Order: sequence, then structure tokens, then C-alpha cells
Amino acid sequence: MNPEMKTPIPPGFWSRTFIVDVEDRPGTLNRVVSLFRRRSYNIDSLSVGRTERPGISRITLVVRADEDVAQRIEANLYKLVNVLHVEDITEAPSVVRELAFVKVNASHEERGEVLRWCELFRARVVDLHSASMTIEITGPQDKVDRLIEVLRPFGIIELLRTGAVAMVRGFDPQTAREGSPLDPSDEVAVNPSSAPTAISFQEIRR
Amino acid sequence: MLQPQTRQEGQSSSRSPATAASKRTGAQVIWEALVREGVDTVFGYPGGAIMPAYDALPGYPIHHVLVRHEQGASHMADGYARSSGKVGVAIATSGPGATNLVTGIATAMMDSSPIVCITGQVSSAAIGSDAFQETDITGVTLPITKHNYLVTRAEDIGPALRHAFFVARSGRPGPVLVDITKDAQQSSTYPQWDSAPLRVPGNARDGRPPRRELDRAIELINSAERPVILAGQGVLKSESSQQLLAFAENTGIPVASTLLGLSGFPATHPLSMGMMGMHGEAWVNSSIQEADLLIALGMRFDDRVTGKLATFAVKAKKIHVEIDPSEINKNVKVDVALVGDVRSALEQMLPRVEWRDRRAWVERIGELKGDSAVRDILSLPDNGRLLAAQVINDLWRITQGKALVVSDVGQHQMWEAQYYKHDHPRGLITSGGLGTMGFALPAAIGARFARPDAEIWVIAGDGGFQMTACELSTCAQEGIKLNIAIINNGFLGMVRQWQEFFYSGRYVATPLKNPDFVKLAEAHGLAGFRVTRREELADVVASARATTGTAVIDFRVEQEDSVYPMVPANADLHDMIRRPHPLIETADEP
Repeated sequence: MNPEMKTPIPPGFWSRTFIVDVEDRPGTLNRVVSLFRRRSYNIDSLSVGRTERPGISRITLVVRADEDVAQRIEANLYKLVNVLHVEDITEAPSVVRELAFVKVNASHEERGEVLRWCELFRARVVDLHSASMTIEITGPQDKVDRLIEVLRPFGIIELLRTGAVAMVRGFDPQTAREGSPLDPSDEVAVNPSSAPTAISFQEIRR
Repeated sequence: MLQPQTRQEGQSSSRSPATAASKRTGAQVIWEALVREGVDTVFGYPGGAIMPAYDALPGYPIHHVLVRHEQGASHMADGYARSSGKVGVAIATSGPGATNLVTGIATAMMDSSPIVCITGQVSSAAIGSDAFQETDITGVTLPITKHNYLVTRAEDIGPALRHAFFVARSGRPGPVLVDITKDAQQSSTYPQWDSAPLRVPGNARDGRPPRRELDRAIELINSAERPVILAGQGVLKSESSQQLLAFAENTGIPVASTLLGLSGFPATHPLSMGMMGMHGEAWVNSSIQEADLLIALGMRFDDRVTGKLATFAVKAKKIHVEIDPSEINKNVKVDVALVGDVRSALEQMLPRVEWRDRRAWVERIGELKGDSAVRDILSLPDNGRLLAAQVINDLWRITQGKALVVSDVGQHQMWEAQYYKHDHPRGLITSGGLGTMGFALPAAIGARFARPDAEIWVIAGDGGFQMTACELSTCAQEGIKLNIAIINNGFLGMVRQWQEFFYSGRYVATPLKNPDFVKLAEAHGLAGFRVTRREELADVVASARATTGTAVIDFRVEQEDSVYPMVPANADLHDMIRRPHPLIETADEP
């Protein structure tokens, strides 16, 4: 079993996915993460990257929460001055993907079997060594989980996962643009010099 | 009395504010930004990294109050804000100056008080090098501010301060910190004063509650048999005391207050029930437990208000009017949430609520009240000793309930809440959420500058008073008039009470050996008085009120008195420890 599933979760809590558009300023990610620490909300994964709009980054957050906690997470995120838009897309039709690298023991004899699994999962081999293979997989969380499970018997040497990134399906620019800082008065130029950063964070739960 | 101090002679004329459109230093921009925000008084303490700003101060129409410890500055800014509704400003240098502000910032955060703290920071090139007096104060204050800013360039100072004031006063108010590097203060810029409206995305959502929720609230209110209004600080913040009075009178619904909500509804009004919670009146807590509807206005169901959550008002439907959506369903699950300003919610409800005959409910509350009256400390036979509750009740009578009272934290704070009847909005300032001992004296100094005409009384315990007693020097230097009542029982009284009730009477680290408070006052050039018997009180209080400067009265009260009733932490709200009474049956006492 996936070790993540062994973590005790309060009744009524399940994974919820939020997309959070933030101003790309120094310390913004710190403010978001600090909020979750301070209020004891459980982060499963978090990923940040820039978007098509200059100066705006999107954070995709996967958290364990019930309905009430999810509402308070949204409300608390809105209290952060650098947060522009928050959406709980758990129930919205959306595309959610994460990426993982799995470095697995693979002797000459085992390679064929590993490759067959990769083909089934549409995963790619990105590095090869006499005794190991590194596999890249992209997909929803459960697909990544399942590939990891089938590879585990070979002996996983190293495993790295990004957090999930998510986007709502279909053409609905309103949803995406609501709350964007098109009003130039929002632009308080405090330390605008820093370059946009992309940071990923995956909390490994054991 | 409140005239700015005479400035030191010999200020160079070149230091005066520059004319429009000319080049300014970052330091000048700081003061100009404050003037533009309507600031007339700031509370601060200079030091290396903020010296350029201090050097630029003369010439700007801002009075600087020199504190004796930066914690005092943040509490003064807080007291200034709470007594007036305006934003209070504190200034400190980097490192220890900034960290000394922290307790005051956390206090303001918990009680939603709008303050802006300006701190100096080491030069931008030295940031991160562990330079002399460098502290990452934006990191330190991140969880205890609404927002904070690190400003490293002169041209960013104006916009950052403007934004800071906006954030501090908008939505649910709170503290904001602006950390400005020394080089940003020293370098020059052509400031652009933008007047475009600001917004915070989270606050930009429509503050008016949705129609459907409002309809449900009206329906619940008009059909309730045993309703109670729970008035919190939101009533004061939104200045809706008039609307609340009309709402209560039009519907005939009694009003209970949180500690911070006191003075939002006139305490001597027939519909006023008094304070709820851990040391709330017994009839208030019992009524809440028996109610079928709670109308919570601008309060957050703090654990000191609810007691054990599982048994809190289980029979009642709950309507929660609250400006901060993150408070909804946080502690208590509510039936209707009206997210928005208390005043606008009351104004929308007022035309639609109806008066209803609830004689049985009113009589029931009267019955609970009567049961409490016999245990009231004021009904106890006079044994010649001075009781804190009597002192406070006498102060209420003598000042005709018109004083602005600033209380500290502990037993005296609860007695103040019970026995000083506040009829006028913003009549009480106290640290509720954080419970910060040492708050009262500096907060009262802040209030002095916001409310020059008010009679101000500090009521503090002997323990808490000594935490910030250094600010007596500030009173003396500023020549301001405060009346300070030290409720001196020689103990950290509230902790002693808990030790008596819950720790088998082991008084560990609670007895105090105090200085002579009369001499302490006199050493500061202030008037000092002492009261040991109740019959001395009226004359001494009259003398203290008559002094032109600050007067300190040392009230030597009963040492081992306790605050009743008391709901033990996490007990049911109706499960109160009551005051033993020599004349009535006390079988139910612990």
C-alpha cells in the first residue's frame, strides 16, 4: 500500500485541490505556507509556478479538509494581501497532473519487465545505468501512486514527486480572471526586482 | 496639556519639509506619507537604523511621544486606535527595537486593532549578513500582522505606507508593519502621491449579506421565543451602537456583551444583561444556555466566551454577523452566517424585524438575575476591609460612568467588566484576546492623545502595572493627566485564584513584594495616594482627579479575594463556581 494512505485522517476529511493566484513577490509563498502551519491545516502537496500573466503565480494546493475547513482555508487565503484569487476545484471538471522520477533497481534481466510497466503507464525512461533505470511519469496522483507500487518490488533507490498542478477544463476566462489585479492601483512596487521563481514542495508523509 | 513639546532650538532650516514636486529623502517621505494619512501623533523610540527618519521629523506637524520601552509604543498606538477608531502609529529602530514591539503587535492582532508600526532596518546591502541590530522583523511578525512590508528603496516608501494604512483599517482591522532600510531612508526620490483607490482582493467581495441568508435571519428573529443578542467588538468597530440600540428596543431582545463588546450597548439600559463568558454574570450564561436563538454580532465565539463547545447553547439556532469569513463555523457551527459589516447588517435587518411579546423569557431572565443578586459582592456585609469590586463600583459612581477606563489583565479586569457600567461607546479599552499584562498604562497614554477631553482611568493590578511602569516617565515628560488605580492585593491575583481553585492552594510564584507605589509616583514627579479603607476612597479619588498631572492611587485591597462567578476552563457554560455567601445555603459550592 501507499504509505500515504496509512496516515490517520479525521472523518469527513479528504483531499481537496485549490488553485490560488498570487502576486509574485518575495515572501508570498512563505505567507501561504505559514498560514497552513499556523492553522494546522494538512498540506498534501503544493506547487508554484508563473502563469501567462506577468507578475502572477499560481499555487496548486492539495490539502486534507472537510467542507467547513475547506471554506475557512479559502477565507484565510483571501486574508493574505498578496492572494488574488482562490478556487476550490475539487468538484469542478479539471485536469490535474503531477510528475515523478523513480530511480529503480533494474538488472539486465529485469529491464524488460520494467519497460513493459512503463509502456502500460505511458512513462518514459530518462536515464539508464547498468544496475538502475530512472523513469519519468506524468499523470493524476493515483496513476503515479500505482506505477510506484508496481515498481516497488524491484527496489526503489530514489523517488521524487512534484506537487499537483491543476487547471479547470473548458473555456471560462471569467473564472480564471476574476480577482486579477487588472486595476493598476494594486501595483504597489515593493521590491519588484526579484525574478519569478518556480518552487515545488512535496510533503512526504510516513 | 496636550500641546506638543517645545522643540529643541537650533534646528537647521534646511531640514524643513521640501516643497511639492521637489526631491525628498526617503525619511521625509515617511513623515509626509503619515501627514497625508491624517496622523498627528506617533509613539516611538529612536535608534541607529531609524535615525535618518528621526532627523527629518522636525517641521512636520506630527507630535512624537518618546516612550521608555518599544512595547509601550505599540500599546500606545493600539490605545490611540481603540479609543478613536483611527490608525495608531508606532516607530522603532531595527533589531531589539523592532522585537520589543512584538507583544503590542500580537495584542493588536488578537483584538483587531488598526496600527501601523514603522521599523528601521539595516542597509539593504547588509540584510542577511547578521549585521549589528539586524533582525528579520518581517519574518518575526508574519503570523501576527495582517500584512508587512520590507522596503529597500526610497521610491517604494510612499506607496508601501499608503497601502499599509489601507490594509490596517480595511475589513477586519489589524496591525501592519513597514520595515524600511536605512539606505532607503537616506536616498532621495521624487515622490508620486497616487490617489487611486486601493483594494485588497479578499476584501473586494461585496460586503452585503446575500438576500436569502438575510431572509432566513429575519424569519428566525421574528419567530424566536427566547432570543439573546451577543454583542461583540464588531459593534464598536463598525460604530453601530445606535443601530444596535434600535434593534434591541424594536424587537425587545436582551443584549449580552463579550468583554471587548462592553460599552457597545448601554450597560444601564433595561435590555442590557452584562458580560457573558468565563467571568460573565451567571444569569447571562444561564440565559445563553436556555436560549432558542443567539444573534452574534461581530464576535468570534472565543473559548473564554463559550466554555465547552459541545454543550454551548445546544438549544439555540445561531445567526452570526461577522466581517471576517474565516470566523464562520470556526468554533461554533452556525445556522445563518451574514458575512459583512455589523452596521450594514443591522441597517438591513432593522426595517424587517418585529417586536414580539416574550414575557415568559423576560421573567425567566429576571428570575435568574434575582438569584444572583443575593450573592453580589456589593450585598455582602461590610467587614471594614477594602474589596476591589467596591473600589471599581465606587469609581463608576464617582465618575458617573463617563470615564474612559483602560484596564489591564487579571482579576481587576473582570471586576471592572462587572462593576463599571459603561454606557458610552469606546468607554472601555482592554486586552481581551491576548490578555497582555502591562497593556493598560501605555494604552491609556495612547488614548490620552486621541481623546484629549476624556477623563481617563487606568485600572491595573500590582503585577501587570509593574510590567510597563517605566511609562510613568512618559506621562511625566508629556505632562499628561491620567488617573491610575492600582488594585494592589500583593499577589498575581488571577493566577493565585486558579491556584486556590485548581492547584490545592499552592501559591507558587504568585506573592509579590512590591515597591511603594506612592513613592514611585513621587519619584517621577507625579502625585501618589494610598487608600486602605473604603471610607477614605471618596476624598482621595477627589484629590487625585484634581491634580493637573498624572495621579497614582495605591488601593490596598483584600488579598485573597476571588472573581465570581467562574466557568472553569473547558467546563459547560452553565457550570459556574459561585461566590460563597455567609447568609445563604452554600451546599453547591466546591
